Amino acid sequence: MSVAHCGDFRQTYKDDMLVLRTRFIRIAVGAFVLLLYLSPLVTSNYVTSTMTTIAIAVIGALGINVVTGFTGQISLGQGAFMGVGAFACSYFMRVVHMPFWLAMPMAGLTSAAVGMIFGLPSARLKGLYLAIATLAAQFILQYVFMHLDAVTGGSNGIPSPPPEFGTFAFDGDRSKYYLTITVAIAAVIFTTNLLRSRSGRAFIAVRDHHLSAEIMGVNLFKYRLLSFAVSAFYAGIAGSLWGMYTGYISAEHFTITESINYLAMIIIGGLGSVLGSIFGAIFMTLLPQALTVGTGALADIFPKIGFLIMSFKDGVFGIIVILFLIFEPDGLAHRWRMIKTYWKLYPFSY
Amino acid sequence: MEFYLQLVISGLVLGSIYALVALGFAIIFKSTSVVNFAQGELMMFGAYFCFSMVVQYKVPWIWAFLITILFSIALALVVERLILRPMIGEPVISIIMVTIGLSSVLRSIVTAIWGTQIQVYDPPLFPEATVNLIGVPTSQVYLWSFGLSAVLLALFAVFFKYSKAGVAMRATAFSNQVALSMGIPVKNIFALAWCIASVVSAIGGILIGSINGINVQLGHFGLKVFPAVILGGLDSIPGAAIGGLIVGVLENLSDGVLKTTFGLSGIKEVAPYVFLVIILMIKPYGLFGKKEIERI
Repeated sequence: MSVAHCGDFRQTYKDDMLVLRTRFIRIAVGAFVLLLYLSPLVTSNYVTSTMTTIAIAVIGALGINVVTGFTGQISLGQGAFMGVGAFACSYFMRVVHMPFWLAMPMAGLTSAAVGMIFGLPSARLKGLYLAIATLAAQFILQYVFMHLDAVTGGSNGIPSPPPEFGTFAFDGDRSKYYLTITVAIAAVIFTTNLLRSRSGRAFIAVRDHHLSAEIMGVNLFKYRLLSFAVSAFYAGIAGSLWGMYTGYISAEHFTITESINYLAMIIIGGLGSVLGSIFGAIFMTLLPQALTVGTGALADIFPKIGFLIMSFKDGVFGIIVILFLIFEPDGLAHRWRMIKTYWKLYPFSY
Repeated sequence: MEFYLQLVISGLVLGSIYALVALGFAIIFKSTSVVNFAQGELMMFGAYFCFSMVVQYKVPWIWAFLITILFSIALALVVERLILRPMIGEPVISIIMVTIGLSSVLRSIVTAIWGTQIQVYDPPLFPEATVNLIGVPTSQVYLWSFGLSAVLLALFAVFFKYSKAGVAMRATAFSNQVALSMGIPVKNIFALAWCIASVVSAIGGILIGSINGINVQLGHFGLKVFPAVILGGLDSIPGAAIGGLIVGVLENLSDGVLKTTFGLSGIKEVAPYVFLVIILMIKPYGLFGKKEIERI
């Protein structure tokens, strides 16, 4: 489906491995990143804060795409692993007095370690077992969040102190946005490069045909576990950023619904595609907001059935997911490629 | 001692309902290889529908029960035809996601129609007086639920072993292609599997509803079936029954023991999942599951 540009000849292996192939793409991506950094200067606080949540969702979605999209193992615990990251980060900062730049990766590692405990039994098996084990992890971790009062504050939740660099504290909407978007861009770059590495190719081999991969010398157990650990690490990072963003962490956020949202993101965006994770994160973050606005407006017009409309919000989400799976099974990333191809050849489509 | 005996008895009852719902799950998984995350919602829908019949329209119990069964058959047919049939041949993850989407649609329909309050059957399905069972006072609901589940499980065991449709279902489960080439209408078998699963779930929902009351939390009950099916072996029907019973008893016992000795509350909600992880560690294919041997 991808059409090469005129004059885009790849003559060396280095050329072939390039992520951003042509000068036009390099300029476009550069301009987009610049736009991301400049946009808070002109947009309202509401937009900036929505973009922060999108950036956090992008990190989480990239994580689940590594394990589900690239390695072919389904994870239903991304929400809970985010919770582990959020609580761990807050614990490291409040009790151990680590600075944020150290606490965040530590939270990611904690999350990866917890993930591996649940991933270990299922990495031996193929197919559904990781889905079911992570479902168990989701409920067990939720229970721990509610009952391990010393670390998580139980049902009350616990504050998450704002990160500080020297004397500068990240406590405004704008500074939080800059921190989050920087980490998100780093995550995108890391994932793209991970996929070009030996491990990334091993992941894809495991997904496409695990027996052939094993015969080729790919250690199935090692790479399944590794991809799951990477995914939980991303979740931990996303969780600690979420804690920073809200300033207060409560167990109620990290439910099975959150995990399902992340799975929906990569399915709607496109499995096994970095761009898809980004599209999915944007779509799934904006969809509930659009639904809230939409149902709110409808409820104002028809006050008598307001309750009915509000309760259908959840159902609309389900319907959208089902319709996407039936009519657009390859996700938004595929649609995006189609549109690009169309315009590249326009108006002479052959 | 009586305390523990009581725990075991209520655990067996709970387990027998797990077994029913797990049976539905295993039937769908076995013949269509779809992992149904909407099992709990099918259960909830049946329970609420029966509630509507009995309480709101004052239909006598026996008729309400039959109408509910007809309704769940219709629901299963609609779901299978509209949502699952287009997904045949899609990857596992898409199918899982579609059942998750289905579950949230069903849940929102239920909350839209019946609200979120806990509802109880009135008049109750079974007489309320307690009876003595080896020295332990037990409510009749428990006995009836256990009995009904046992009868249904036995009935389905016979159905799969001897009836023509049952044999066809087992053939479909073994291999869709082989079944097709032997002239078995695989699509009808898929629909039948969904119907059976929906009916046993609805009955399970009514039973659990007459013990605990009906609310939206019933949906989570469907997820708790996973430990039962993993213990029994994902694709084994007798395994689902035995797994359900064991998980039900273990859940109740661990809840009772941990609450009295350590003061941990609410462990009941997570205990089955802890077993699940332990089972995966020591016996990943379950008690009766088929160990997969693959060739290229």
